[in-house]
Amino acid sequence: MSALKRYWRVALGMVVIAALIIAPMYLNRYGLFILSQWAVMTIAATGLNLTLGYAGQVSLAQGAFVGIGAYAAAIMTANGMPLIAGLGVAIVLCFAIGWILGYPALRVQHHYLAFVTLAFSTLAFLVFRNESWLTNGIYGISNIPRPTILGYPTNRPLPFYYVCLGSLALVSLATWWLIRSPWGRAFVALRENPVRALSLGIDTRRYTLMAFAIGSALGGVAGTLYAPLTQYIDPVPFNLSLSLDLLMMVIVGGSGFFFGPFLGAMIAVLLPEWLRFTQGYYLMIYAVAVILLLIYSPTGILGILDRYLTERRTKAASALRAVAKSGLEPAP
Amino acid sequence: MSNLLDLLIAGLATGAIYAIVAVGFTLLWQTSQTINFAQGEFVMLPAFLMLAAMHAGAPFWLAIIFGMLLSMLLLGLGFKMLLVDPMLRHGVLPLAIATMALAIGLKEAVKQFFSAEASPFPSIVPAGDISILGRQVALQSVGVLALAIAAVVGLTALLNRTSIGHQMQATAQNPVVARIIGIPVERMILLTFLINAFLVALASLLITPIYLAKFSSGEVLGQAAFIAAIVGGFNQVRGAIAGGLLIGVVDNLAAAYVSTQYRAAVPMVLLILIILLRPQGLLGRAEERTV
Repeated sequence: MSALKRYWRVALGMVVIAALIIAPMYLNRYGLFILSQWAVMTIAATGLNLTLGYAGQVSLAQGAFVGIGAYAAAIMTANGMPLIAGLGVAIVLCFAIGWILGYPALRVQHHYLAFVTLAFSTLAFLVFRNESWLTNGIYGISNIPRPTILGYPTNRPLPFYYVCLGSLALVSLATWWLIRSPWGRAFVALRENPVRALSLGIDTRRYTLMAFAIGSALGGVAGTLYAPLTQYIDPVPFNLSLSLDLLMMVIVGGSGFFFGPFLGAMIAVLLPEWLRFTQGYYLMIYAVAVILLLIYSPTGILGILDRYLTERRTKAASALRAVAKSGLEPAP
Repeated sequence: MSNLLDLLIAGLATGAIYAIVAVGFTLLWQTSQTINFAQGEFVMLPAFLMLAAMHAGAPFWLAIIFGMLLSMLLLGLGFKMLLVDPMLRHGVLPLAIATMALAIGLKEAVKQFFSAEASPFPSIVPAGDISILGRQVALQSVGVLALAIAAVVGLTALLNRTSIGHQMQATAQNPVVARIIGIPVERMILLTFLINAFLVALASLLITPIYLAKFSSGEVLGQAAFIAAIVGGFNQVRGAIAGGLLIGVVDNLAAAYVSTQYRAAVPMVLLILIILLRPQGLLGRAEERTV
């Protein structure tokens, strides 16, 4: 049974991947932009899912890290350096800042931590807006070039979509490997019971900082893709509401589930687009939908699926037990 | 020096409004572990309810009463029954996220059904200056300060001097024991939601004449109230009051003496320092860790 289930799962995965590769060829410019945006936001939300979903540390600063990555990429490429250099700088910078931001997490938990990261997010926005010598302030940076990969320019929307999708695939593989490594297990131990984790000899201090740093670095990766995607950045998209949106994506999709951010980002990026026919009402409907979903299932969309599967498994198990029992009973 | 006095009075006036909002915020946290990310939008909405009543032809005083009652119905009773009650048992985070979504919904609803532009709002304090210690001070600041102080004093008296207040405090401190000794815990929790709704409506009435009625005005206010609540102490009403006044004054002084560009950064830095050095807040008690 298990082999069959595995078979179906692999088949479903392949169909989704094939659809993500083939379907965009028939999309227009705007559709490609939205889909690329989905890939970029999924990367950022995956990072936050590591910090929040696996290591259990609330962060309201992921949007700021996307901003840091975007500015690093924009400033570097505008000065003639390749995007890959911007990516390197963004990762190192976000990793370091994320590490430092993790220090409050060692002292305070939960809502206090949320507010420290919220304050950081606002401070980062102020720096983007006010340090004009570096970021060009409210006028923003325009004409951000798209990269040339292996001699192949990605200026047109479709090739750049594949750059975003490829990056998402790489990030997903790395994350998949990470959460199955001893590190990922340590993150979960940290979330479930920090005291027990400590008593088992896990260096909770280092892993807390690491969870923040790696999650933030992925935010930076998303930012380096965001800048060439929009080709123009100013401080506004990186204000607090981006951090709140990313947090909502993780929770709505299902925090602590690997595919949670994929679904959450889909809802946050695509659902408003589908609802555009309702004109002014689309964000209202979106808000109501999120609230209703959370009331119905506080663990997000994948939480519903998980609950359903667990129920079925329990039912199957009790059915098996019943069969076994009835098989035993006739024997005197 | 004279400039400093003006700044202090203006700062205390806005600070007193922050304090009112922050007190409501801490009340919700204490009695029902609700971190209300829509608190700023809760302040924004009643002004529009009052404006709507006035557009329908009601005089200002009637519009105020209408706005207050409707906000207690929607933001007090409705918020508790439709959002908090079904979500509370699932923990703090999903509920906090749901209030974020609620904030988006409220903003969009006002933008769609009312206006995306800022609307002027009448002041309940008459314009003009009065003379205090031989100096001209805007009547508006003094009036706002006086009303806010009256509200805070009234609330503190309610909490500390009356039987209902004691029952509410008992509910906040230990709901299980409170229930055992016969306090109607459910009713007390509902009461805190109604008080919060009243406080945000009052804050709306006081602050909207200064900043105009706009759908997005809740963002700044909500953040200021959060910071006030944390700086003062998340689990103490008097802490929230002190925090509100402090943030109001610091914000005004920062605008004058630091730089207008980075004025918003000063309260944030204060917040980070307080959380790192004294996480329970200036006046708060240390919360017991649940491990």
